[in-house]
Amino acid sequence: MNVELYERIWMWAAAGLIVMFLGAIFLTAGLQAVQPPSHLETMDPTALIHYPEFANPAVVTRPDGSLVVSVVAETYAFTPDPIEVPANRPVTFRVTSSDVVHGFEIVGTNANAMAIPGYVSQFTVTFTKPGEYVIACHEYCGILHHGMVGKLIVK
Amino acid sequence: MTGRHTLASTHIGVAIAAFAVASAMGVLQALSVADVEFPRRSESLYYVSLTAHGVLMALVFTTFFIMGLGYVLAQECLGRITGRLGAWIAFALAAVGSVMAAVTILRGQSTVLYTFYPPMQAHPLFYIGATLLVVGSWIWGGVMIASYRSWRREHPGVPVPLSIHGMLAAVIVWYLATAGLAAEVLGMLIPWSLGMVDKVDPLVARTLFWWFGHPLVYFWLLPAYVLWYTVLPQVAGGRLFSDRLARMVFILFVVLSTPVGFHHQFSDPGISSGWKLAHTVLTYGVLYPSLVTAFTVIASLEVAGRMKGAKGLFDWIGRLPWSDPFFACIALAMIAFTFGGFGGAINAAYAMNTMVHNTAWIQGHFHVTLGTTVALSFMGATYWLLPRMLGRELRFRGLARVQPYLWFLGMALFSTSYHLAGLRGLPRRVYSASLTGEYGEAWHGLTKVAAAGGTILFLSALAFVTVVLATWVAGKKISPPAFEFAVSLRPATALTLWDRFGMWTVVAVVLLAVAYGYPLIHLLSQQRWGSPAFQPF
Repeated sequence: MNVELYERIWMWAAAGLIVMFLGAIFLTAGLQAVQPPSHLETMDPTALIHYPEFANPAVVTRPDGSLVVSVVAETYAFTPDPIEVPANRPVTFRVTSSDVVHGFEIVGTNANAMAIPGYVSQFTVTFTKPGEYVIACHEYCGILHHGMVGKLIVK
Repeated sequence: MTGRHTLASTHIGVAIAAFAVASAMGVLQALSVADVEFPRRSESLYYVSLTAHGVLMALVFTTFFIMGLGYVLAQECLGRITGRLGAWIAFALAAVGSVMAAVTILRGQSTVLYTFYPPMQAHPLFYIGATLLVVGSWIWGGVMIASYRSWRREHPGVPVPLSIHGMLAAVIVWYLATAGLAAEVLGMLIPWSLGMVDKVDPLVARTLFWWFGHPLVYFWLLPAYVLWYTVLPQVAGGRLFSDRLARMVFILFVVLSTPVGFHHQFSDPGISSGWKLAHTVLTYGVLYPSLVTAFTVIASLEVAGRMKGAKGLFDWIGRLPWSDPFFACIALAMIAFTFGGFGGAINAAYAMNTMVHNTAWIQGHFHVTLGTTVALSFMGATYWLLPRMLGRELRFRGLARVQPYLWFLGMALFSTSYHLAGLRGLPRRVYSASLTGEYGEAWHGLTKVAAAGGTILFLSALAFVTVVLATWVAGKKISPPAFEFAVSLRPATALTLWDRFGMWTVVAVVLLAVAYGYPLIHLLSQQRWGSPAFQPF
């Protein structure tokens, strides 16, 4: 193919840029285990009462010492609310919904996941800064969607 | 030669009508989020207008415009539209479907937004209407392919005009993309909304939606690229830099457009991180043809400037026809796309995506990419098409000259403040951004700026619609100017690998089957219960 010199330089530079972007993603994925929430676990969203963990969602310390927060999103609230967790300790969130699709975003942190009925979103975050955080629903879930907020207290 | 483009002008008329209604809806939202009071402001009006804005802009305006543009190009570049009767049937289906969907939205029965994620349920006529729109567009694709084939039989061994090459790429992307949508809507949502099945799986539905949802973006973008490659250099008074590379660009979109949807689902459970990574790689791959386009189109403009006697490094920029409405629209669209493209590269990296997923950043992003790059390109195309299609002189030329700049300014304010608010965590799609505390204050200030931007955008839309309407009904009758397309510095003279649409479609289908096949089969093989319906209000 007849390609001009400058054009050819640009095409290589564009390819280089893309390789660089992807390299950064592969490096963080490989070395720092930066992974999106990809846990696959299904349940009956109309019968959360039969799943002990989600019948009474709470902050729980598991026998192995790990800290797990189970959250149910439901129009238009999160349970539990407020959520209290210690600072500087990995916290595993397990989030589901009992009705429509909701969002679970802890504003100002990198905790951000979808709450999809029938599935559990699981991810681990360490909060380093004590304080109060807003938990916002960021997926439209009905007429009072904008009012669906919760609170996270990091001690 | 009026009458020759009736099919096209009817489609474009419907597109612009949808755009007009959607623009009015848009300004209401921008004001509402910023807590600017106006009569009848309410949650229900906000969410109804949000749904109407999304559906009318993203689905109705774009689809009708692209169908119309396709017919213009088939008529002008191939000298034929094969299957005119089919085209009119397609128009009727699409128009009836759009009206059905729009009516259920405006009546408040389908406030499910343009993403319509189940288990939130709309009125059955919403899904059926949307289906008819898509079926109409499928027939349009068939007419485009039939026109091409008929031309091909008469011109063996000759490369098809570049504009048609690009439109064919858009048709193929559209067929591949809407396969996912058809599976979702026909297989799940319509039977469910009619009560034939009790439950649907929200995650399977989301996955099928995004199979469609991202390539949808390229279905809009490719016709815009057709204008950039084949009309812009001509209007600017230059030459297309390279025809052959343009053909490669369109083919790369055919191959890479579809298997990228997981980058919309980075925060979803149930899809493994490995497959998310695979879609990430393909998403970055599809950045490549856009980067090549940036070079070719800008080089073509430089050629134009130099042909007008520009000297030095940057003098050519000043010699471009910045006061021509078509040129201004497209040039500003391309500038916006630079920012949109880099924002897109950020969204596609999941560590950074976590910061912005489902925040106002995303709204900021697609308002520079689609709301400016695509919409402004189509507005520019309208200014170029109207005299040629209707045989009427553009009315209010002054207004048409200012309009693109007004749009760009409005969008700069709107989009920048939404990007910033999103970085500070403002969730998308909220009736009001009022929240106390540190974040609430930051959000609130930024949404006020966005509301000012939204108002300017509305004024710009008003100017555009005024020019179009006035031209249509009261433009001075003239003999229509010729449709002229850019000549290439290096024209394609023989068929090459990039002209083999059949082969590339097979490659695309295989890639699509791999990228979606395994994750979907894995998901479907789990024990799943599904969700019953919920009405949003």
